[in-house]
Amino acid sequence: MGLLSSRMSITRYQVTGQLNGSVHETVYQGLKQHAIPKIEDDGSEASVGWTSFETPYAPDFEGYSFVFGTDMVFALRIDKKSIPPKLIQKHYALYVAKRLADTGRHYLSGNEKKSIKDHVVNTLVQRIPATPNVYDLVWKYDTASLWFFSNLKAANEALETLFIKSFNLQLIRLFPYTTADRMAGLSDKERDVLQKLEKSGSEE
Amino acid sequence: MLDIAVAYNRYKFLGNEFLTWLWFMIETDQSSFRQHDPDLVSLTVGNRLVLENTHNNAKETVTIKGDNASLEEGLVALTKGAAVTEIHLSYKTGAQTWKFSLKGESLNISNLKLPETGPVETPDDLEGVVLEKVYLIEKVIGLVNNLFSHFIHLRVSDTWQNQTVSRIRKWATSN
Repeated sequence: MGLLSSRMSITRYQVTGQLNGSVHETVYQGLKQHAIPKIEDDGSEASVGWTSFETPYAPDFEGYSFVFGTDMVFALRIDKKSIPPKLIQKHYALYVAKRLADTGRHYLSGNEKKSIKDHVVNTLVQRIPATPNVYDLVWKYDTASLWFFSNLKAANEALETLFIKSFNLQLIRLFPYTTADRMAGLSDKERDVLQKLEKSGSEE
Repeated sequence: MLDIAVAYNRYKFLGNEFLTWLWFMIETDQSSFRQHDPDLVSLTVGNRLVLENTHNNAKETVTIKGDNASLEEGLVALTKGAAVTEIHLSYKTGAQTWKFSLKGESLNISNLKLPETGPVETPDDLEGVVLEKVYLIEKVIGLVNNLFSHFIHLRVSDTWQNQTVSRIRKWATSN
């Protein structure tokens, strides 16, 4: 689901800190450096990187194409290979049968079975293409806010990690406590009360 | 500053109390929302409401679904000490309508349906549509932020414990 979807999910963030130098150029460099690789790495199970909003399957940030009005719009892409368990089971069974036939033995040791399973998984990972998942984001630099178009835990964690690596800025996820503490304009006294708050029923 | 994971779990209840208060306000004093959003025509509960009651480590969940579902069961759950954990809302300003769900523990927005925007027929249309969508999303995020901000100021004041909690209970039992 993304910015152009008919239904969307949004996780809100506050961006802490400022970029040095030209904002667009610094973001461009960060995006380019941590873009999703154009050529798939056959051996890895997953790869994570930035991609462009307009052409998510051919990342291109040239000409600051990620700038829309005063905002920046681009996407996180996670390419993941998922091997169906039944496929692993089938290839494992075939491999075990072959090994038993080749060696004339009736059983295999635990270590041998584990090594066969690892071999089967590694072989299948090489052969199966990765499935791309694209999650759009809108970064409103002026207000230090960012909207990420997914509520999935793994996607949000990947975003937080890649964002700090790319731009050296931290993302603070806005949930009830952080929204109250950072966005609501509470006074110091009110913030002290907030720290001590307990669930309403338990205060009586 | 609290550790983020600790803060998330420690203060989950604040989001649930916010949604409970929001439902109460929608039903009893909706006009007061206009001071936070002058464009607001109406804010109503949509087709889903989830409440949870946790007692002695046992969790009871009440889910009400459907476009014209009666919310009575939810009110009964409130009187037993439950709180709203998820609410589907319909927000109207003039001729535009937004529909979305809010989760208490995360304040995440899901299932957001924006008012109709122009189609993207050529690459040149894209920027205009993106800017329009961003504007429409900003409206709904602004509404949630303003309402939560109003709630949290009330929640850290004495008024919450002295008046609001009993008003919510009275409303739940009188319906």
